[in-house]
Amino acid sequence: MARMRMKKLEEFLSGVDGFEKPKILLEQYPTPPHIASCVLYNVQAQYFDLEDKLVGDLGCGCGMLSIGSFLLGAQLTIGFELDPDAIDIFRNNVTEMEIPAIDCVQTNVLELTGSKWENAFDTIVTNPPFGTKHNAGMDMKFVETGIHLATGAVYSLHKTSTRDYIHKKSKDWKVKGEVVAQLNYNIDNSYKFHKSKSVDIEVDFWRFDVTEKEL
Amino acid sequence: MKLSTYNFLTSKAIKGVKVGYPLKLTIAKKDVVETEFNPTFIERLLPKLDWNTVYLAAQTVDLADDIPQEQPAAVADNEELLQRLHHLLLEIDVLEGQLECPETGRVFPITDGIPNMLLNEDEV
Ligand SMILES: C[S@@+](CC[C@H](N)C(=O)[O-])C[C@H]1O[C@@H](n2cnc3c(N)ncnc32)[C@H](O)[C@@H]1O
Repeated sequence: MARMRMKKLEEFLSGVDGFEKPKILLEQYPTPPHIASCVLYNVQAQYFDLEDKLVGDLGCGCGMLSIGSFLLGAQLTIGFELDPDAIDIFRNNVTEMEIPAIDCVQTNVLELTGSKWENAFDTIVTNPPFGTKHNAGMDMKFVETGIHLATGAVYSLHKTSTRDYIHKKSKDWKVKGEVVAQLNYNIDNSYKFHKSKSVDIEVDFWRFDVTEKEL
Repeated sequence: MKLSTYNFLTSKAIKGVKVGYPLKLTIAKKDVVETEFNPTFIERLLPKLDWNTVYLAAQTVDLADDIPQEQPAAVADNEELLQRLHHLLLEIDVLEGQLECPETGRVFPITDGIPNMLLNEDEV
């Protein structure tokens, strides 16, 4: 059970402000409210991984997934983000929506492995940078960090084209990875990374059960 | 920044720093936000926390009388203590202040509730 209906959740998340001037190098595009509400709703309704949990959000940006986690009952959500401009918007969103149980730490996600944050969280959610020419494999580095930080499950979005590779990595890490949903992700035309105005890319929503992880 | 978050922060990523923990917390401005009390959550959180730093945080916000200096063996039946821990760890919100590395003195500012742990390239 989830404490809020999916439609209601989407309504709330539509009020979350996005990036003002998205930075291409950091791959700043917010998870669209429709996708965020759909995936988070299932994280709770199918797997009970949000309500009463300590949740971490890697690359939290303006807070879409952190705020969604709170709305679905997370006891405390901690977002990690390095960009000060995104953090300003995160702060405004959390203040405006009067959300008491969300924290944010300004830091580089890639520095969290081996820190005190290891095994701190029940659940990690992330919409990682998919990785471009400049930072190939960034999405996998975020997931690997997530696996270090979580004791229960890690949820992440990846391009469908990388599915086989991720299955292989999951085996290496002794985590049970499964594609929970396949989505059409529309990277908004405000984010002019691609030449065309607006592109749909195929994206998988993954769940990694990390209870028997070895890495 | 909640004091539960504070419990996990270190300056270990700085080049040459061995432990970088606990960071010295100075508070210029704080707030109290009410959140739902969930005893099971606190019970599950405690083993992940460093008790000395929990106590240190309590001292910093003048709540040391509420919290035992030594970690109690069992808390499950101690509803009153769980409630105090809930208040200390989840309801006190540090808005302005700083965290200081115990080894190098490097200061990490807390601005509008968010600690900035980012290091410059020459520090890592
Ligand atoms: C695809 S966006 C997702 C934003 C937000 N989580 C959402 O779902 O709307 C990726 C985010 O990761 C941040 N980011 C990229 N590299 C990072 C790093 N090394 N450490 C922390 N954050 C990073 C970006 O600034 C950006 O906000």
